Amino acid sequence: MAPQAHSTRRQLWQLLGSVRTGIILLIIVGLAVMAGTLILQRPITEPAKLHQAYSPQTLRLLDTLRLTDVFHSGWFVLLLSLLSANIVVASINRFPIAWRYFSRPMRRAEPHLFTSLAMKQAIPVQGSQVDMEKVELAFRRAGWKPQYVSDDRGSVSLYAERFRFARLAPFVVHASLLLILAGGIIDAVWGYKGFIALGQNESTNQLELPDGTHKALPFAIRCDGAGQENYPDGTPKRWWSRLTVLENGRQVQRKEIAVNDPLTYRGLRFYQASYGATGEVAGVRLLVTPKNGGAKQEFWLKLDETFSLDKDATVRITQFIPDFVVVENHIESRSDQPNNPAVQISVQSKQAAENKIWLFPKFPEFTHANNTGFDFRVQDLQMGYFTGLQVSHEPGQWAVWAGVIVMGLALALVFYFVHVRLWALPVDDGPGRLVLWLGASASKNREDFERRFGDLVDVVKQDLKAQASAAKRQRAELMAVK
Amino acid sequence: MARVRVMGRPPAAPATPSGNLLLGLVALGTVFMLLMGFLGTVKTGVLFNEANLLFAALTFYAASTVLYIGFAMTGTERFVRFAWLATWAGFVSNTLAAAHRWYTAGHAPFSNIYEMLLAFIWAVAALTLFVQRKYGVKVIGTITMPVAVVGVVLMQLLPSDVHPLVPALQSTWLHIHVTLAMLSYAACAVSFALAMMFLIQDKMRTESFLASTSALIALVYAGALSRFAGGGLKVVAQNPETGGDLFIQRGVPLMVVIPELGWLFAIVLAALLAPLALYAWAHWKHDDRGYAWANRAFVVAMILQVLAAAAFVLRARGGQYASPMADGIFPTALANSPFILAGLLSGLLASALYLMLAWRREGLQQMLPSADTLDRLTYKTIGVAFPLLTLMIAAGAYWANQTWGSYWSWDPKETAALVTWLVYAGYLHMRIARGWRGRRAACFAVLGFAVVMFTFFGVTYLLPGLHAYA
Repeated sequence: MAPQAHSTRRQLWQLLGSVRTGIILLIIVGLAVMAGTLILQRPITEPAKLHQAYSPQTLRLLDTLRLTDVFHSGWFVLLLSLLSANIVVASINRFPIAWRYFSRPMRRAEPHLFTSLAMKQAIPVQGSQVDMEKVELAFRRAGWKPQYVSDDRGSVSLYAERFRFARLAPFVVHASLLLILAGGIIDAVWGYKGFIALGQNESTNQLELPDGTHKALPFAIRCDGAGQENYPDGTPKRWWSRLTVLENGRQVQRKEIAVNDPLTYRGLRFYQASYGATGEVAGVRLLVTPKNGGAKQEFWLKLDETFSLDKDATVRITQFIPDFVVVENHIESRSDQPNNPAVQISVQSKQAAENKIWLFPKFPEFTHANNTGFDFRVQDLQMGYFTGLQVSHEPGQWAVWAGVIVMGLALALVFYFVHVRLWALPVDDGPGRLVLWLGASASKNREDFERRFGDLVDVVKQDLKAQASAAKRQRAELMAVK
Repeated sequence: MARVRVMGRPPAAPATPSGNLLLGLVALGTVFMLLMGFLGTVKTGVLFNEANLLFAALTFYAASTVLYIGFAMTGTERFVRFAWLATWAGFVSNTLAAAHRWYTAGHAPFSNIYEMLLAFIWAVAALTLFVQRKYGVKVIGTITMPVAVVGVVLMQLLPSDVHPLVPALQSTWLHIHVTLAMLSYAACAVSFALAMMFLIQDKMRTESFLASTSALIALVYAGALSRFAGGGLKVVAQNPETGGDLFIQRGVPLMVVIPELGWLFAIVLAALLAPLALYAWAHWKHDDRGYAWANRAFVVAMILQVLAAAAFVLRARGGQYASPMADGIFPTALANSPFILAGLLSGLLASALYLMLAWRREGLQQMLPSADTLDRLTYKTIGVAFPLLTLMIAAGAYWANQTWGSYWSWDPKETAALVTWLVYAGYLHMRIARGWRGRRAACFAVLGFAVVMFTFFGVTYLLPGLHAYA
C-alpha cells in the first residue's frame, strides 16, 4: 500500500506542478475574469438594475454560483490559490536544475558534454600543439572573457560564458507574481476603503464604509478650505482641499491635496474625490455705518452668529437665500448658486423691537429703510461647500509595487539576456592528429547565437592556419640554417 | 475619400514585369492628392497644421499600401523600395502631426480615442519600418499599412478638437501608461501580422483562412448587432451644436434607430456564417466540393458586406431618425459611430486580404521569409510586447492608485487587459516550457491579437467603465 500511496502523492505533486495544469488554470482564470466583466456585479450594480437585467431564475442561478460577485467569491480565491500553488510547485521542481547551472557551471569541457552540444565544430590542427593563446585572443576579440581550465590529465581548455544569472530570471518573475498576489490578499483581508464628506472647518474621525457603517479612525481630519479651478471654457481644471490631521486635538500634518495628489498619514490615504456647493452661506462680510456719524465697523459673520454693534445693539444673520426670487408672494431660491444672494439680518437693541432687514449684495442701493440707526452693507460673501474624500488603507500595496518593479526587471532578463557558454578543447584524434573542439550552448534563441558562433569558428580557423603556416616557415628557416 | 481614390486603381494593372505602370499611377495619385491638399492650404494660408500633416500622412500611407499590395501580388522588388520611402514620408508627417497637436494642446496626445489612434498608427508605422529594416520582412507592410490607413480614415471622422485635460488625467503616469499601451499593442499587431504570414508559409489550407476570416467578421457584425432594435440599428445621435455625441444625462448618450439596417446586418451575419458552415461540413466529410462552395459563399458575403457598409454610410451620414428614448427626431453623423464604421471597414479589408491570398498564394509564399524565421520573429515581437504589456498594466494601476485610491478595481478595461496578459503569458509558457512551435503557437498569437483588439475597441464600445474618457 505504502509505495502506491507514495506514487499517488507523487503523481498529484507532478500534476499540480505541470505546465499543462498552469495553462489550464490560466485559461479558467481568464474565463472567470471575463464572466466577471460581462455579468453585472453585485456590490456596484443596484439590485433593481440586476432584477431588470436578469429573470428571477437566472439571477438565482447566478447568485448561487456567486457569478454576480466573481472577484470576492470563494471559488475565485480558490482558483488564484491553485494558480499560486502551481507556480510554487513548478518552481520547486525546476529550481535545482537551474541552480546547478548557476552555482556549478561546467567549466571543464568533457568529451561527453561535447557530444550532447547542439553547436560544435572540430578544427583539425597541424603540428603537435594547439596555441591556446591564439584561441584566447580570438575569443577576446569577439568580446568574450575566457578563462583557462586544466583537468587532471594536464590538458588545458578554455571556457567563457555570459549572463549566467539569466538562468534564474524565470524564477524571479514567478516570485514577483506571488509577491503581487500576496499584496492583493493582504489588502483584501486587512485593507478597507471609505468616504468622508467635510464642510469648511469641519473635522471628523468617522469614516463611512461602502456598506453604510462607520469606522472610527485613531485621528481626526479637518478641512481648512477647498475649491475648484476652471479652464477658460468652464470645464473643471483642478479640485483641491487643504487638510489638517489632528491627533488628540493637536495638529500633526497639513497638506493641500488635489486629484492625483493625496495625503498619506499612518498608512491611510486621503484622495480628492468630489467637490460641491452646499447652497448654504459660510460667511458674510458686513460693513456697518452708524447714522449718527460714529466709527464704521467691518466684520465677518456666520449664519445665526451674533455680533455686538455697540453697548445695546446686536446683529445676527437669520436667513440666507442663494438665488432670491419671489414667486406668488413666497421667497424662493431658484438654484444653489449665489446668482442673486439675499441675506436677512436681525438687529436687536434695547430701545426698539427686533428689526429684520433684507440685504441684496448684488443691488446694494436696494435696501429697506430701517430705524435701527445703522446702515448695513454686504461687502463680501462666501458660499459653503463640501469636499468629498476617498479614504483607503492598503497595507499590501508596497508588496504589489515591489513585485511589479521586480517583475519588470526580471522580464527584461528573461527576454533579452541569454545564458551562453563557449568551450575550446584540444583533443587527440588518433595518432598524430590533433583537433581543436569548439562548442557552445545557449539557454534560449539558439538560432541567433548560431551565426555568431559560426563567425567565431571561422576566426579561430584563420588564426590557427596562420599559426601553422608560421610554424612551417620557422621550420623551413631552421632547415635552411642547418 | 482620399483612400478610395488611390486604392481605387486596380492593383492588378501592372502587367509589365517592371511594374512601371503601378509606380507611375501611385506617383501621380500621390502628387495629385498632395496638390489638392496644397490648393486647400493656399486658401487658408496655413501650410503646417495638424489636418494638413495628417492628410499628407494619409496620402503617403495609402501610396505605400498600394505599393506593398502590389509587391505582394507581383513580387516586384522596386515596389518595396518606393513603399519604404512612402512609409517613411508618412511616418514623418505622422510624427509632425502628433508633435503639432502636442504643442497646441500643451499635453501629450493621449487623452481621448482620437489622440490614442494618432499614437497607435505612429507606433505601427515605426514598427513596420523597424521590422523591415532589421529583419528584412518586406511584406510586413502589406498587412500593417492598411491598418494604418483605416486608422487615419477613422481619425478623420472622430471629433478632433483639443480638450483641456480633466483633473483625473493630469498625471505623468497617464503618459507613461498610454505610451506603453500603444507600444505594446503595436508590437502585438506586428506579431499578429508575422503569425499570419507564418500560417501562409506553413501551408495551412487556404480554406482555413476563409473560415477564420469569416468567423472574425461575423464577430464584428454580431458585436454591431448588440444594438439591434426591432429590425433597426441603434446608433448614437449627434449633438448639432458641438458635433459630438448627444447625451441625455451624464454618461448616457441618446440612441436613435436607423430602420431596416438591423435586418441588413443580420443578413450579412447569416451570409458570413454560411461559408463557415460549408467549411465545417467539407472538413468533416472530407469533401473538396464543400470548400469550393464555401469560397463562393464568401464572395457573396463580401458583396453583401459592401452593400451593408454602403447602406450604413449613406444612412448614418446626415440622417434624421426617431429615438425610443425621447420624442422627436435627431440627427446622426458617421463621426458618432466610429466603432461600427471601423468594424465594417476592417471587415472589408480582411475579406480583400483573404481574396488576395486565395488568388496569389504561391507567389506570396515565394516572397515570404522561411517559416522558421517567421516563427522566431513572432516569438521575438511577443517578447517585446509582453514586458511592455506588464509595465502598461502596472503604470495604469499606479495611476489609478493616485487618482481613485485603489490600484485594482476590476474595471472592464482593467479586466480585459488582464485577460490579454494571461493569453500572452499562456503563449510564452507553451513555447518556452512545452516547446510549442509553428502552427499552434501562431494560432495562439492570432488569438492574442484578437483579445488586444477587443480590449482596445470592444470594451470601449460594449462595456464602458471608469475608462470612459473619450
